[in-house]
Amino acid sequence: MSSKQRFATPVIALVIFALLWEFVVWINGWPNYVMASPSDLGPAFYKFRWLFLEFGWDTLWRTVAGLMLAIAFGVVVGMIMGFSRTMREALYPLLVGFNAIPKATVVPVVALLLVGQHNLNTVLLAFMISFFPITVSISIGLSTLEPEYRDILLSLGASRLTIFRKIALPKTLPEFFGALKVAVTLAFIGTNLMEIVEPHGRGLGHLFDSGKISADYPLMFAVLIALAIMGIGLYYVVVILEKIFAGWAERQES
Amino acid sequence: MSSTPSDALIRISNVKHAYRTDAGPLPVLDGFNVEVPQGAFTAVVGPSGCGKSTLTRLIAGLLFPDEGDVILHGEKVTSPRNTVGMAFQNPVLLEWRTILDNVCLPLEIVPNDLSRKQKHDRGYELLAMVGLQGFEDKKPSELSGGMRQRASLCRALAHRPDVLILDEPFGALDAFTREDLWQIMHELRHNEAFTCLLITHDLRESVFLADQVVVMSGRPAKTQYVLDVPFGRDRVLDDLYTPEATQMLLDLRHQIQVAQGRPLEELEHEPEAPESGS
Repeated sequence: MSSKQRFATPVIALVIFALLWEFVVWINGWPNYVMASPSDLGPAFYKFRWLFLEFGWDTLWRTVAGLMLAIAFGVVVGMIMGFSRTMREALYPLLVGFNAIPKATVVPVVALLLVGQHNLNTVLLAFMISFFPITVSISIGLSTLEPEYRDILLSLGASRLTIFRKIALPKTLPEFFGALKVAVTLAFIGTNLMEIVEPHGRGLGHLFDSGKISADYPLMFAVLIALAIMGIGLYYVVVILEKIFAGWAERQES
Repeated sequence: MSSTPSDALIRISNVKHAYRTDAGPLPVLDGFNVEVPQGAFTAVVGPSGCGKSTLTRLIAGLLFPDEGDVILHGEKVTSPRNTVGMAFQNPVLLEWRTILDNVCLPLEIVPNDLSRKQKHDRGYELLAMVGLQGFEDKKPSELSGGMRQRASLCRALAHRPDVLILDEPFGALDAFTREDLWQIMHELRHNEAFTCLLITHDLRESVFLADQVVVMSGRPAKTQYVLDVPFGRDRVLDDLYTPEATQMLLDLRHQIQVAQGRPLEELEHEPEAPESGS
Protein backbone atom coordinates (compact mmCIF):
# COMPACT_ATOMS: atom_id res chain seq x y z
CA MET A 1 0.00 0.00 0.00
CA SER A 2 1.40 3.41 -0.93
CA SER A 3 1.57 6.11 1.72
CA LYS A 4 -1.08 8.11 -0.17
CA GLN A 5 -3.44 5.15 -0.01
CA ARG A 6 -2.66 4.55 3.64
CA PHE A 7 -3.66 8.12 4.40
CA ALA A 8 -6.70 8.12 2.15
CA THR A 9 -8.25 4.87 3.40
CA PRO A 10 -9.18 6.05 6.91
CA VAL A 11 -10.24 9.49 5.58
CA ILE A 12 -12.65 7.88 3.11
CA ALA A 13 -13.99 5.67 5.91
CA LEU A 14 -14.64 8.77 8.01
CA VAL A 15 -16.44 10.55 5.17
CA ILE A 16 -18.65 7.51 4.54
CA PHE A 17 -19.43 7.32 8.24
CA ALA A 18 -20.45 11.03 8.34
CA LEU A 19 -22.63 10.64 5.26
CA LEU A 20 -24.39 7.61 6.74
CA TRP A 21 -24.96 9.47 9.97
CA GLU A 22 -26.40 12.47 8.13
CA PHE A 23 -28.60 10.17 6.08
CA VAL A 24 -29.98 8.27 9.11
CA VAL A 25 -30.87 11.54 10.88
CA TRP A 26 -32.48 12.93 7.70
CA ILE A 27 -34.50 9.83 6.82
CA ASN A 28 -35.89 9.61 10.37
CA GLY A 29 -36.61 13.31 10.44
CA TRP A 30 -34.98 13.64 13.86
CA PRO A 31 -34.80 17.19 15.23
CA ASN A 32 -31.35 18.08 16.52
CA TYR A 33 -32.41 17.75 20.18
CA VAL A 34 -32.87 14.03 19.56
CA MET A 35 -29.83 13.46 17.42
CA ALA A 36 -27.65 16.14 15.92
CA SER A 37 -26.32 15.49 12.43
CA PRO A 38 -22.82 16.18 11.09
CA SER A 39 -24.06 19.31 9.32
CA ASP A 40 -25.06 20.79 12.72
CA LEU A 41 -21.55 20.35 14.03
CA GLY A 42 -19.84 22.92 11.82
CA PRO A 43 -21.90 25.86 13.10
CA ALA A 44 -21.55 24.60 16.69
CA PHE A 45 -17.78 24.43 16.36
CA TYR A 46 -17.68 27.87 14.73
CA LYS A 47 -19.91 29.50 17.31
CA PHE A 48 -17.81 28.27 20.23
CA ARG A 49 -14.45 28.14 18.44
CA TRP A 50 -12.52 30.05 21.11
CA LEU A 51 -13.99 27.97 23.92
CA PHE A 52 -13.16 24.79 21.99
CA LEU A 53 -9.56 25.93 21.65
CA GLU A 54 -9.22 27.00 25.26
CA PHE A 55 -11.04 24.06 26.84
CA GLY A 56 -9.66 21.59 24.34
CA TRP A 57 -6.18 22.64 25.43
CA ASP A 58 -7.14 22.16 29.10
CA THR A 59 -8.40 18.66 28.42
CA LEU A 60 -5.42 17.79 26.24
CA TRP A 61 -2.67 18.84 28.60
CA ARG A 62 -4.40 17.29 31.60
CA THR A 63 -4.78 14.02 29.72
CA VAL A 64 -1.16 14.02 28.57
CA ALA A 65 0.04 14.88 32.09
CA GLY A 66 -2.05 12.03 33.49
CA LEU A 67 -0.59 9.69 30.89
CA MET A 68 2.96 10.75 31.72
CA LEU A 69 2.28 10.02 35.35
CA ALA A 70 0.76 6.67 34.39
CA ILE A 71 3.84 5.81 32.31
CA ALA A 72 6.25 6.76 35.10
CA PHE A 73 4.27 4.86 37.72
CA GLY A 74 3.50 1.93 35.43
CA VAL A 75 7.12 1.47 34.36
CA VAL A 76 8.50 1.61 37.91
CA VAL A 77 5.86 -0.67 39.44
CA GLY A 78 5.93 -2.92 36.36
CA MET A 79 9.71 -3.27 36.77
CA ILE A 80 9.35 -4.14 40.44
CA MET A 81 6.68 -6.72 39.64
CA GLY A 82 8.55 -8.01 36.61
CA PHE A 83 11.78 -8.68 38.45
CA SER A 84 10.44 -9.90 41.79
CA ARG A 85 8.02 -12.76 42.02
CA THR A 86 7.15 -11.90 45.60
CA MET A 87 6.25 -8.34 44.66
CA ARG A 88 4.24 -9.61 41.72
CA GLU A 89 2.19 -11.87 43.94
CA ALA A 90 1.79 -9.12 46.53
CA LEU A 91 0.77 -6.33 44.16
CA TYR A 92 -1.43 -8.00 41.55
CA PRO A 93 -4.56 -8.34 43.72
CA LEU A 94 -4.19 -4.73 44.87
CA LEU A 95 -3.87 -3.45 41.31
CA VAL A 96 -6.70 -5.57 39.96
CA GLY A 97 -8.92 -4.56 42.86
CA PHE A 98 -8.19 -0.90 42.34
CA ASN A 99 -8.78 -1.20 38.62
CA ALA A 100 -12.14 -2.87 39.22
CA ILE A 101 -13.47 0.16 41.09
CA PRO A 102 -15.56 2.33 38.72
CA LYS A 103 -13.63 5.54 38.44
CA ALA A 104 -16.82 7.65 38.55
CA THR A 105 -17.08 6.68 42.20
CA VAL A 106 -13.54 7.85 42.82
CA VAL A 107 -14.26 11.34 41.51
CA PRO A 108 -15.98 12.69 44.66
CA VAL A 109 -13.35 11.06 46.86
CA VAL A 110 -10.49 12.70 44.99
CA ALA A 111 -12.39 15.99 44.76
CA LEU A 112 -12.90 16.04 48.53
CA LEU A 113 -9.37 14.90 49.28
CA LEU A 114 -7.78 17.61 47.18
CA VAL A 115 -10.50 20.20 47.32
CA GLY A 116 -10.13 23.01 44.80
CA GLN A 117 -7.07 21.50 43.09
CA HIS A 118 -8.92 21.10 39.82
CA ASN A 119 -5.94 20.58 37.58
CA LEU A 120 -4.35 18.08 39.93
CA ASN A 121 -7.65 16.25 40.45
CA THR A 122 -8.24 15.88 36.75
CA VAL A 123 -4.68 14.74 36.04
CA LEU A 124 -4.95 12.23 38.89
CA LEU A 125 -8.11 10.70 37.50
CA ALA A 126 -6.59 10.39 34.02
CA PHE A 127 -3.64 8.70 35.69
CA MET A 128 -5.73 6.32 37.80
CA ILE A 129 -7.73 5.05 34.89
CA SER A 130 -4.76 4.51 32.56
CA PHE A 131 -1.84 3.15 34.59
CA PHE A 132 -3.11 -0.41 34.88
CA PRO A 133 -2.48 -1.68 31.32
CA ILE A 134 0.97 -0.07 31.32
CA THR A 135 1.96 -1.69 34.62
CA VAL A 136 0.73 -5.10 33.53
CA SER A 137 2.46 -4.95 30.14
CA ILE A 138 5.84 -4.01 31.62
CA SER A 139 5.54 -6.62 34.33
CA ILE A 140 4.63 -9.38 31.87
CA GLY A 141 7.28 -8.28 29.39
CA LEU A 142 10.00 -8.51 32.03
CA SER A 143 8.84 -11.67 33.77
CA THR A 144 8.61 -13.61 30.51
CA LEU A 145 12.16 -12.75 29.43
CA GLU A 146 13.81 -16.05 28.49
CA PRO A 147 16.58 -16.91 30.96
CA GLU A 148 19.06 -17.47 28.12
CA TYR A 149 19.04 -13.74 27.34
CA ARG A 150 20.00 -13.00 30.90
CA ASP A 151 22.60 -15.78 31.01
CA ILE A 152 24.36 -14.57 27.86
CA LEU A 153 24.88 -11.12 29.31
CA LEU A 154 25.52 -12.28 32.89
CA SER A 155 28.23 -14.69 31.72
CA LEU A 156 29.99 -11.73 30.11
CA GLY A 157 29.96 -9.93 33.45
CA ALA A 158 27.17 -7.48 32.63
CA SER A 159 25.38 -5.71 35.48
CA ARG A 160 21.63 -5.94 36.10
CA LEU A 161 21.28 -2.40 34.83
CA THR A 162 23.05 -3.26 31.57
CA ILE A 163 20.78 -6.26 31.11
CA PHE A 164 17.75 -4.07 31.65
CA ARG A 165 18.99 -1.39 29.26
CA LYS A 166 20.25 -3.66 26.50
CA ILE A 167 17.68 -6.44 26.57
CA ALA A 168 14.76 -6.21 28.98
CA LEU A 169 13.74 -2.65 28.09
CA PRO A 170 13.83 -2.92 24.28
CA LYS A 171 12.24 -6.36 24.40
CA THR A 172 9.32 -4.99 26.41
CA LEU A 173 8.71 -1.98 24.16
CA PRO A 174 6.18 -3.61 21.77
CA GLU A 175 4.00 -4.71 24.69
CA PHE A 176 4.45 -1.31 26.30
CA PHE A 177 3.26 0.54 23.20
CA GLY A 178 0.32 -1.81 22.83
CA ALA A 179 -0.69 -0.95 26.38
CA LEU A 180 -0.06 2.75 25.79
CA LYS A 181 -2.55 2.76 22.92
CA VAL A 182 -5.19 1.44 25.30
CA ALA A 183 -4.11 3.86 28.00
CA VAL A 184 -4.38 6.93 25.72
CA THR A 185 -8.10 6.50 25.15
CA LEU A 186 -8.68 5.54 28.77
CA ALA A 187 -6.92 8.69 29.96
CA PHE A 188 -9.36 10.87 27.99
CA ILE A 189 -12.22 9.12 29.75
CA GLY A 190 -10.60 9.88 33.11
CA THR A 191 -10.08 13.55 32.32
CA ASN A 192 -13.63 14.06 31.13
CA LEU A 193 -15.11 12.12 34.00
CA MET A 194 -13.62 14.64 36.38
CA GLU A 195 -14.54 17.61 34.21
CA ILE A 196 -18.15 16.51 33.85
CA VAL A 197 -18.92 15.00 37.25
CA GLU A 198 -17.09 17.64 39.26
CA PRO A 199 -17.61 20.73 37.09
CA HIS A 200 -15.21 23.55 37.75
CA GLY A 201 -15.53 25.67 34.64
CA ARG A 202 -12.68 24.30 32.58
CA GLY A 203 -12.07 21.59 30.00
CA LEU A 204 -14.19 20.05 27.26
CA GLY A 205 -16.15 18.17 29.92
CA HIS A 206 -17.34 21.50 31.23
CA LEU A 207 -18.28 22.61 27.72
CA PHE A 208 -20.33 19.43 27.38
CA ASP A 209 -21.99 20.15 30.69
CA SER A 210 -22.91 23.72 29.68
CA GLY A 211 -24.30 22.35 26.41
CA LYS A 212 -26.50 20.07 28.48
CA ILE A 213 -27.67 22.84 30.79
CA SER A 214 -28.53 25.22 27.94
CA ALA A 215 -30.05 22.41 25.84
CA ASP A 216 -27.56 23.10 23.03
CA TYR A 217 -27.49 19.61 21.57
CA PRO A 218 -25.26 20.34 18.58
CA LEU A 219 -22.69 21.69 21.07
CA MET A 220 -22.81 18.47 23.09
CA PHE A 221 -22.25 16.42 19.97
CA ALA A 222 -19.50 18.78 18.84
CA VAL A 223 -17.72 18.17 22.17
CA LEU A 224 -17.94 14.41 21.67
CA ILE A 225 -16.49 14.73 18.20
CA ALA A 226 -13.74 17.03 19.45
CA LEU A 227 -12.82 14.41 22.07
CA ALA A 228 -12.81 11.69 19.45
CA ILE A 229 -10.51 13.77 17.24
CA MET A 230 -8.13 14.46 20.11
CA GLY A 231 -8.15 10.77 21.01
CA ILE A 232 -7.31 9.80 17.45
CA GLY A 233 -4.58 12.44 17.32
CA LEU A 234 -2.92 11.26 20.52
CA TYR A 235 -3.28 7.64 19.42
CA TYR A 236 -1.34 8.39 16.26
CA VAL A 237 1.35 10.17 18.24
CA VAL A 238 1.79 6.86 20.07
CA VAL A 239 1.80 5.00 16.76
CA ILE A 240 4.60 7.24 15.47
CA LEU A 241 6.62 6.77 18.67
CA GLU A 242 6.06 3.03 18.37
CA LYS A 243 7.35 3.05 14.79
CA ILE A 244 10.47 4.91 15.91
CA PHE A 245 11.25 2.88 19.04
CA ALA A 246 9.71 -0.52 18.40
CA GLY A 247 9.37 -0.61 14.63
CA TRP A 248 11.50 -3.78 14.57
CA ALA A 249 8.61 -5.78 16.00
CA GLU A 250 6.50 -5.15 12.93
CA ARG A 251 6.86 -7.90 10.36
CA GLN A 252 7.44 -6.89 6.78
CA GLU A 253 4.45 -7.51 4.54
CA SER A 254 5.41 -10.12 2.02
CA MET B 1 47.15 -19.50 42.50
CA SER B 2 47.73 -23.16 43.06
CA SER B 3 49.79 -25.14 40.62
CA THR B 4 47.80 -27.60 38.59
CA PRO B 5 48.84 -31.15 38.06
CA SER B 6 47.43 -31.23 34.54
CA ASP B 7 47.42 -28.79 31.66
CA ALA B 8 43.63 -28.96 31.39
CA LEU B 9 42.02 -25.63 30.61
CA ILE B 10 38.68 -26.70 32.02
CA ARG B 11 38.93 -28.94 35.04
CA ILE B 12 35.87 -30.07 36.92
CA SER B 13 36.68 -32.31 39.83
CA ASN B 14 34.27 -34.14 42.10
CA VAL B 15 31.58 -31.57 41.63
CA LYS B 16 28.44 -31.96 43.66
CA HIS B 17 25.46 -29.72 43.16
CA ALA B 18 21.88 -29.80 44.40
CA TYR B 19 18.95 -27.52 43.72
CA ARG B 20 16.91 -26.43 46.66
CA THR B 21 13.27 -27.30 46.13
CA ASP B 22 10.21 -27.31 48.35
CA ALA B 23 10.64 -31.06 48.77
CA GLY B 24 14.23 -30.69 49.99
CA PRO B 25 17.52 -30.64 48.07
CA LEU B 26 17.43 -32.24 44.63
CA PRO B 27 20.95 -33.44 43.79
CA VAL B 28 21.75 -33.09 40.09
CA LEU B 29 25.49 -33.60 40.02
CA ASP B 30 27.38 -35.88 42.38
CA GLY B 31 30.99 -36.78 41.75
CA PHE B 32 31.20 -35.35 38.27
CA ASN B 33 34.65 -35.08 36.70
CA VAL B 34 35.81 -33.82 33.37
CA GLU B 35 39.05 -32.40 32.04
CA VAL B 36 39.29 -30.54 28.78
CA PRO B 37 42.83 -29.83 27.58
CA GLN B 38 43.59 -26.48 25.99
CA GLY B 39 42.22 -26.35 22.46
CA ALA B 40 40.32 -29.60 22.82
CA PHE B 41 36.69 -30.26 22.06
CA THR B 42 34.72 -32.28 24.59
CA ALA B 43 31.14 -33.41 24.16
CA VAL B 44 28.97 -34.31 27.13
CA VAL B 45 26.07 -36.66 26.52
CA GLY B 46 23.59 -38.14 28.95
CA PRO B 47 19.94 -38.89 29.55
CA SER B 48 17.43 -36.06 29.78
CA GLY B 49 17.39 -34.14 33.02
CA CYS B 50 20.79 -35.37 34.18
CA GLY B 51 22.14 -31.91 34.89
CA LYS B 52 23.84 -31.09 31.61
CA SER B 53 22.63 -27.50 31.64
CA THR B 54 23.67 -27.14 35.27
CA LEU B 55 27.14 -28.01 34.09
CA THR B 56 27.18 -25.14 31.59
CA ARG B 57 26.07 -22.70 34.25
CA LEU B 58 28.78 -23.92 36.59
CA ILE B 59 31.49 -23.36 34.01
CA ALA B 60 30.09 -19.95 33.08
CA GLY B 61 30.25 -18.90 36.72
CA LEU B 62 26.51 -18.35 36.93
CA LEU B 63 26.22 -21.09 39.53
CA PHE B 64 28.64 -22.53 42.08
CA PRO B 65 29.05 -26.15 43.16
CA ASP B 66 28.15 -27.25 46.66
CA GLU B 67 31.30 -29.36 46.71
CA GLY B 68 34.26 -29.89 44.41
CA ASP B 69 35.94 -27.41 42.10
CA VAL B 70 35.33 -25.85 38.73
CA ILE B 71 38.69 -24.63 37.51
CA LEU B 72 39.45 -22.61 34.40
CA HIS B 73 43.09 -21.88 33.58
CA GLY B 74 44.07 -23.23 36.98
CA GLU B 75 41.84 -20.72 38.75
CA LYS B 76 38.72 -21.55 40.67
CA VAL B 77 35.61 -20.02 39.11
CA THR B 78 34.03 -17.68 41.64
CA SER B 79 32.20 -15.27 39.34
CA PRO B 80 31.30 -14.98 35.65
CA ARG B 81 34.40 -14.66 33.48
CA ASN B 82 34.20 -12.71 30.29
CA THR B 83 36.58 -15.16 28.63
CA VAL B 84 33.67 -17.54 28.19
CA GLY B 85 31.32 -17.61 25.21
CA MET B 86 27.93 -19.32 25.28
CA ALA B 87 25.36 -20.49 22.76
CA PHE B 88 22.08 -22.28 23.47
CA GLN B 89 19.47 -24.27 21.62
CA ASN B 90 17.44 -21.08 21.45
CA PRO B 91 19.64 -18.61 19.50
CA VAL B 92 18.23 -15.71 21.60
CA LEU B 93 19.17 -13.04 19.10
CA LEU B 94 17.93 -9.53 19.86
CA GLU B 95 15.16 -8.96 17.34
CA TRP B 96 15.60 -5.20 17.24
CA ARG B 97 19.24 -5.36 16.28
CA THR B 98 20.80 -6.20 12.95
CA ILE B 99 22.73 -9.46 12.69
CA LEU B 100 26.01 -7.54 12.81
CA ASP B 101 25.01 -5.67 15.96
CA ASN B 102 23.87 -8.93 17.51
CA VAL B 103 27.24 -10.51 16.85
CA CYS B 104 29.04 -7.46 18.26
CA LEU B 105 27.01 -7.45 21.50
CA PRO B 106 29.73 -9.05 23.67
CA LEU B 107 32.16 -6.36 22.53
CA GLU B 108 29.82 -3.76 24.05
CA ILE B 109 30.02 -5.47 27.42
CA VAL B 110 33.47 -7.00 27.74
CA PRO B 111 36.00 -4.20 28.33
CA ASN B 112 38.23 -3.68 25.27
CA ASP B 113 40.06 -0.98 23.34
CA LEU B 114 38.46 -1.69 20.00
CA SER B 115 37.08 1.18 17.97
CA ARG B 116 33.59 0.95 16.54
CA LYS B 117 35.03 0.02 13.19
CA GLN B 118 37.26 -2.68 14.65
CA LYS B 119 34.27 -4.18 16.44
CA HIS B 120 32.32 -4.23 13.21
CA ASP B 121 35.29 -5.73 11.36
CA ARG B 122 35.37 -8.54 13.90
CA GLY B 123 31.65 -9.10 13.29
CA TYR B 124 32.14 -9.14 9.50
CA GLU B 125 35.03 -11.57 9.86
CA LEU B 126 33.02 -14.05 11.94
CA LEU B 127 29.90 -13.82 9.80
CA ALA B 128 31.99 -14.52 6.70
CA MET B 129 33.42 -17.60 8.41
CA VAL B 130 29.96 -19.10 8.87
CA GLY B 131 28.76 -18.13 5.40
CA LEU B 132 26.55 -15.23 6.45
CA GLN B 133 28.28 -12.50 4.45
CA GLY B 134 25.65 -10.23 2.94
CA PHE B 135 23.27 -10.75 5.87
CA GLU B 136 24.98 -8.30 8.23
CA ASP B 137 22.23 -5.68 8.02
CA LYS B 138 19.30 -8.08 8.13
CA LYS B 139 17.14 -8.49 11.19
CA PRO B 140 17.01 -11.93 12.88
CA SER B 141 13.37 -12.37 11.84
CA GLU B 142 14.49 -12.37 8.20
CA LEU B 143 16.81 -15.36 8.71
CA SER B 144 16.13 -19.07 8.81
CA GLY B 145 16.62 -21.11 11.98
CA GLY B 146 19.99 -22.44 10.85
CA MET B 147 21.21 -18.97 9.92
CA ARG B 148 20.13 -17.59 13.27
CA GLN B 149 22.02 -20.33 15.03
CA ARG B 150 25.12 -19.49 12.98
CA ALA B 151 24.82 -15.85 14.02
CA SER B 152 24.44 -17.02 17.62
CA LEU B 153 27.73 -18.96 17.32
CA CYS B 154 29.41 -15.83 15.95
CA ARG B 155 28.15 -13.83 18.90
CA ALA B 156 29.52 -16.45 21.31
CA LEU B 157 32.95 -16.02 19.69
CA ALA B 158 32.98 -12.25 19.13
CA HIS B 159 35.10 -11.37 22.17
CA ARG B 160 37.59 -14.17 21.40
CA PRO B 161 36.70 -16.30 24.43
CA ASP B 162 39.09 -19.09 25.31
CA VAL B 163 36.20 -21.28 26.46
CA LEU B 164 33.16 -21.93 24.31
CA ILE B 165 30.15 -23.55 25.97
CA LEU B 166 27.51 -24.94 23.63
CA ASP B 167 24.27 -26.16 25.19
CA GLU B 168 22.53 -28.26 22.51
CA PRO B 169 22.93 -25.50 19.93
CA PHE B 170 21.86 -27.68 17.00
CA GLY B 171 19.07 -29.53 18.80
CA ALA B 172 16.18 -27.67 17.19
CA LEU B 173 17.47 -27.83 13.61
CA ASP B 174 16.54 -30.26 10.88
CA ALA B 175 19.01 -33.06 10.13
CA PHE B 176 20.65 -31.52 7.04
CA THR B 177 20.98 -28.05 8.54
CA ARG B 178 22.49 -29.68 11.58
CA GLU B 179 25.13 -31.41 9.48
CA ASP B 180 25.94 -28.11 7.78
CA LEU B 181 26.47 -26.55 11.17
CA TRP B 182 28.70 -29.40 12.29
CA GLN B 183 30.98 -28.62 9.40
CA ILE B 184 30.86 -24.94 10.21
CA MET B 185 31.90 -25.82 13.77
CA HIS B 186 34.99 -27.54 12.37
CA GLU B 187 35.80 -24.49 10.28
CA LEU B 188 35.39 -22.19 13.27
CA ARG B 189 37.68 -24.43 15.25
CA HIS B 190 40.20 -24.16 12.47
CA ASN B 191 40.14 -20.35 12.53
CA GLU B 192 39.57 -19.50 16.16
CA ALA B 193 41.45 -20.66 19.22
CA PHE B 194 38.97 -21.94 21.77
CA THR B 195 38.46 -24.88 24.04
CA CYS B 196 34.97 -26.23 23.64
CA LEU B 197 32.50 -28.05 25.80
CA LEU B 198 29.42 -29.21 23.92
CA ILE B 199 26.28 -30.51 25.58
CA THR B 200 24.26 -32.66 23.22
CA HIS B 201 21.72 -35.43 22.88
CA ASP B 202 22.99 -36.46 19.48
CA LEU B 203 25.60 -39.22 19.60
CA ARG B 204 26.62 -38.78 15.96
CA GLU B 205 27.15 -35.11 16.63
CA SER B 206 29.35 -35.87 19.62
CA VAL B 207 31.51 -38.30 17.62
CA PHE B 208 31.76 -36.02 14.60
CA LEU B 209 32.72 -32.91 16.55
CA ALA B 210 34.54 -33.96 19.69
CA ASP B 211 37.96 -35.29 20.66
CA GLN B 212 36.48 -36.76 23.80
CA VAL B 213 32.93 -37.79 24.64
CA VAL B 214 31.85 -37.90 28.28
CA VAL B 215 28.76 -39.86 29.22
CA MET B 216 26.92 -38.64 32.30
CA SER B 217 25.02 -41.11 34.44
CA GLY B 218 21.40 -40.54 35.41
CA ARG B 219 20.61 -38.02 38.12
CA PRO B 220 22.50 -37.32 40.29
CA ALA B 221 25.05 -37.41 37.51
CA LYS B 222 28.61 -38.56 37.78
CA THR B 223 31.06 -39.27 35.00
CA GLN B 224 30.10 -42.70 33.78
CA TYR B 225 32.23 -43.21 30.71
CA VAL B 226 34.81 -41.33 28.67
CA LEU B 227 35.37 -42.12 25.01
CA ASP B 228 38.39 -40.77 23.13
CA VAL B 229 37.63 -40.12 19.49
CA PRO B 230 40.74 -41.05 17.53
CA PHE B 231 39.84 -38.95 14.45
CA GLY B 232 42.00 -35.96 13.60
CA ARG B 233 40.71 -32.44 13.14
CA ASP B 234 39.96 -32.77 9.48
CA ARG B 235 36.77 -34.77 9.40
CA VAL B 236 34.17 -35.34 6.76
CA LEU B 237 30.66 -36.62 7.29
CA ASP B 238 31.58 -39.89 5.60
CA ASP B 239 33.83 -40.65 8.57
CA LEU B 240 30.65 -41.27 10.54
CA TYR B 241 29.91 -44.28 8.37
CA THR B 242 33.20 -46.12 8.96
CA PRO B 243 33.23 -49.30 11.07
CA GLU B 244 35.33 -47.42 13.62
CA ALA B 245 32.70 -44.73 14.06
CA THR B 246 29.90 -47.27 14.14
CA GLN B 247 31.64 -49.09 16.97
CA MET B 248 32.03 -45.84 18.91
CA LEU B 249 28.37 -44.97 18.41
CA LEU B 250 27.35 -48.42 19.59
CA ASP B 251 29.52 -48.07 22.70
CA LEU B 252 27.98 -44.71 23.47
CA ARG B 253 24.49 -45.97 22.88
CA HIS B 254 25.04 -48.81 25.35
CA GLN B 255 26.45 -46.39 27.88
CA ILE B 256 23.40 -44.16 27.53
CA GLN B 257 21.18 -47.15 28.13
CA VAL B 258 23.09 -47.92 31.29
CA ALA B 259 22.78 -44.28 32.31
CA GLN B 260 19.06 -44.44 31.75
CA GLY B 261 18.93 -47.47 33.99
CA ARG B 262 17.69 -49.81 31.27
CA PRO B 263 18.94 -53.36 30.83
CA LEU B 264 21.22 -53.81 27.85
CA GLU B 265 19.67 -56.79 26.12
CA GLU B 266 15.91 -56.40 26.06
CA LEU B 267 15.90 -52.83 24.89
CA GLU B 268 12.66 -51.01 24.24
CA HIS B 269 9.89 -53.39 25.20
CA GLU B 270 9.25 -55.84 27.96
CA PRO B 271 8.92 -59.44 26.75
CA GLU B 272 5.26 -60.39 26.73
CA ALA B 273 3.99 -63.12 29.01
CA PRO B 274 4.15 -66.51 27.23
CA GLU B 275 0.83 -67.49 25.73
CA SER B 276 -0.70 -70.72 26.95
CA GLY B 277 -1.41 -73.58 24.55
CA SER B 278 2.00 -73.77 22.89
